[in-house]
Amino acid sequence: MFDFAVIGAGVVGGMVARELTRYTDSVCILEKGSDVALGATRANSAIVHAGFDAAVGSLKARLNVLGSKMMAEVCADLGVKYKNNGSLVVGFNDDDEQTLKELCERGKINGVDGVSVICRDEILSIEPNIGDKVTVALYAPTGAIVCPYELCMAAVGNAMDNGAILRTKFEVKSIEKISEGYKLSSDTDSVEARYVINCAGVYSDEVAKMIGDDSFTVRPRRGEYMLLDREVGDHISHTVFRCPSKMGKGVLVSPTVDGNLLVGPTAEDIDDKENTATTAEGLAKVRALAAEQVARIDFSKVITSFTGLRASGSTGDFIIGMPTDRFVNVAAIESPGLSSAPAIAEYVVSLLRENGYEASPRSDFNGTRRPMHFFSDLSIEEKNELIKVRPEYAHVICRCETITEGEILDAIRTNPRPTDVDGVKRRTRASMGRCQGGFCTPYIIDLLAREMGVDYTAVTKFGGKSYINFGKTK
Amino acid sequence: MKKDLVIIGGGPAGMAAAVAAYEAGVRDILILERDNALGGILRQCIHNGFGLHRFGEELTGPEYAYRYEKMVHELGIPYMLDTMVIEVSPDKVVTAMNRENGIFTIQAGAVILAMGCRERPKGALNIAGTRPAGIFTAGTAQKFVNMKGYMPGREVVILGSGDIGLIMARRMTLEGAKVKAVCELMPYSGGLARNIEQCLNDFNIPLRLSHTVVNIHGKDRLEGVTIARVDENRRPIKESEEYIPCDTLLLSCGLIPENELTKGAGIKLDRVTGGASVNGERETDIEGIFACGNVLHVHDLVDYVSEESAIAGRAAAKYIFGDSKKEISIALKTDGKVRYTVPQRLTEACDTSVYFRVADVYRDAKIVVRDGDRVIISKKKQRLAPAEMEKVELAKDVIESLSGGELTFSIEM
Repeated sequence: MFDFAVIGAGVVGGMVARELTRYTDSVCILEKGSDVALGATRANSAIVHAGFDAAVGSLKARLNVLGSKMMAEVCADLGVKYKNNGSLVVGFNDDDEQTLKELCERGKINGVDGVSVICRDEILSIEPNIGDKVTVALYAPTGAIVCPYELCMAAVGNAMDNGAILRTKFEVKSIEKISEGYKLSSDTDSVEARYVINCAGVYSDEVAKMIGDDSFTVRPRRGEYMLLDREVGDHISHTVFRCPSKMGKGVLVSPTVDGNLLVGPTAEDIDDKENTATTAEGLAKVRALAAEQVARIDFSKVITSFTGLRASGSTGDFIIGMPTDRFVNVAAIESPGLSSAPAIAEYVVSLLRENGYEASPRSDFNGTRRPMHFFSDLSIEEKNELIKVRPEYAHVICRCETITEGEILDAIRTNPRPTDVDGVKRRTRASMGRCQGGFCTPYIIDLLAREMGVDYTAVTKFGGKSYINFGKTK
Repeated sequence: MKKDLVIIGGGPAGMAAAVAAYEAGVRDILILERDNALGGILRQCIHNGFGLHRFGEELTGPEYAYRYEKMVHELGIPYMLDTMVIEVSPDKVVTAMNRENGIFTIQAGAVILAMGCRERPKGALNIAGTRPAGIFTAGTAQKFVNMKGYMPGREVVILGSGDIGLIMARRMTLEGAKVKAVCELMPYSGGLARNIEQCLNDFNIPLRLSHTVVNIHGKDRLEGVTIARVDENRRPIKESEEYIPCDTLLLSCGLIPENELTKGAGIKLDRVTGGASVNGERETDIEGIFACGNVLHVHDLVDYVSEESAIAGRAAAKYIFGDSKKEISIALKTDGKVRYTVPQRLTEACDTSVYFRVADVYRDAKIVVRDGDRVIISKKKQRLAPAEMEKVELAKDVIESLSGGELTFSIEM
């Protein structure tokens, strides 16, 4: 029996699991997918929000501001790319200016540092490519960007390094109360734990129902995005939001920590929790709106488009609580969920403590992890020292992003281990560049097949039946 | 390390440039190749049709490449394999990496850029729908089938009628796959006429001109695509939508010269070709850095790649020996129907071949070259098409007789 079962290996589940391993090595993470970070975590705006959006007094406001302040240190510990680039919420008229002033006040009450409303000239001096019709902006110097799936992979990996166990392809189908805890069953297997933490994203309402809690629902909110080549990644330096509406914070244009330009999302409430298709209409809308906020975006440099599903809850706030003994819901973690994740993890532990969980911090917990991209950060001399011992670091597999065989092998051998091509891509950036894997996919399959000891045709794009090759030629 | 001539890329362009430079007297040459063998993309082009112009016989891709590889070996021209160039500086310092030497730099006397091109990926096409496995560029599929020996699909739709797509339509069919359609956005094919005949018509594969893929279906592996006819503005017509079940979508929607190193060196690019802007000697706007082959502009036949690369190789030799001269300055302009020319300018009065492509299909048209108002060349053509590269020869005496600083290339009816 484990001390804890964490359902869902997204960024919230990952951060919670890591936090729990500060106290116990008896943590089991149950993930229905073939890898971590496959839900909202891999397809969102990658923003650390400053914290002026959420209603005063809400859990969102509190955890956002706290999480945002923790993020730099958490990222440094976990070796995750993070950049404090500041954000602008732009307005186009007097009404917007009024809204932005209110937002600014709300930010101050929420505890956000340094927010101010600035005029067009001031905006131009820090962001020359701002949209032609932008008249005013709320400037938040504490806004930042981070790679969400990298943070998730690092958190799960760090939890595993501290003793946690990750069970992928384990979809929790039922939860049964047993003495001293719960039995969680998939179609083929089961796990027992004293405590259950429900971090199941868009499915967290369904998991809650398994123990009889139907007090809330979670609906997926679709958001379509476009990612542009690094060639245009420096078109802007701040994250540029637009004045908010009922459907969320609207479209944003932002650099990413990897140097690309990200544009999106749309916001559409749907019922299908798996519908991540993009639509021509959605992408056209993103384009049109983004062009108002930022001038001269070169959309011919789009390298990929994708859709994320945000877990939008029925209460409007994060739903974090214990509906029954030893069972914690961490549900409806929509935006600013990524920003809040480090604070959510601590909050969950404090909630457990208030409800009788007793444990003292482990002396052998190590909260740090080697950066996933440590190789690219080395100096040439350091790289050459390493290449002498491990020559595969000099063998470039992905030309567009200059990712070497050494980095790919490291990724395949590091917790949480990838088992498919997209898993390698999220960990190394191999095949994420302008050719989108045209050249390197066949080589990445070679490395995966060799390392996992499976046939070339057994390697998939992203698990399940996502086969790449069907068999030998004639 | 110092080298008189560093050639980046050991494909047909790099090898031909090396051989020509050697024959012009350069001995201190180094070819840097990122793959584990010389030959470039020709290694996976196992079909025939190469070499008719260059060798007067029909060769397969590997055979054509081997002709040059043999010359490289016989001349003893050194090369490094599995070696990736990561930077070229404006003063010709080349930074590269490989297992034996780690990350190292070479001060080059002259540099020839011969990195080839890549295929336009799906993301750039912005097709709506899901993101399942089973969507490949035609070249990636070609690599799986011809180099790895695996079949990436059974029921195939191909988007784009570029030559690699056409070749793969035939190749997949021969391997037992069913190719259901080749969709081409434009009202004409993007590939060579002979490939339409030999790769589609001979196998009864339908070519759907003015059609595109508007939606992708399937969760894990591709399950089907929705195609639609497009109007004259290339916008899909909703009523014409048609669902085709398939497990594979191959993309053959254009090639992009791979000029990241070129840009890094600060070399000026031509917006239309995507390659460097060069003079008749294939010299970029940085003296001593040359470019040739598909990194300069996408060629239709490898034979012309060899021809062009030999020009670059000889010019690099002249530069190394201090013999290059810039005696004239003539800009080559186009009318839009001619999309671009390579070279983009002339700086030496010598016999020069000017290559170009046209923007649309033109029938019974004339290629006209003007020096101001004076027509200096007028050449009748029954048919001109974007898929085929065109060539005009400018003789030395013609160039010497020019009155202005500009030549205009146009298509007239």
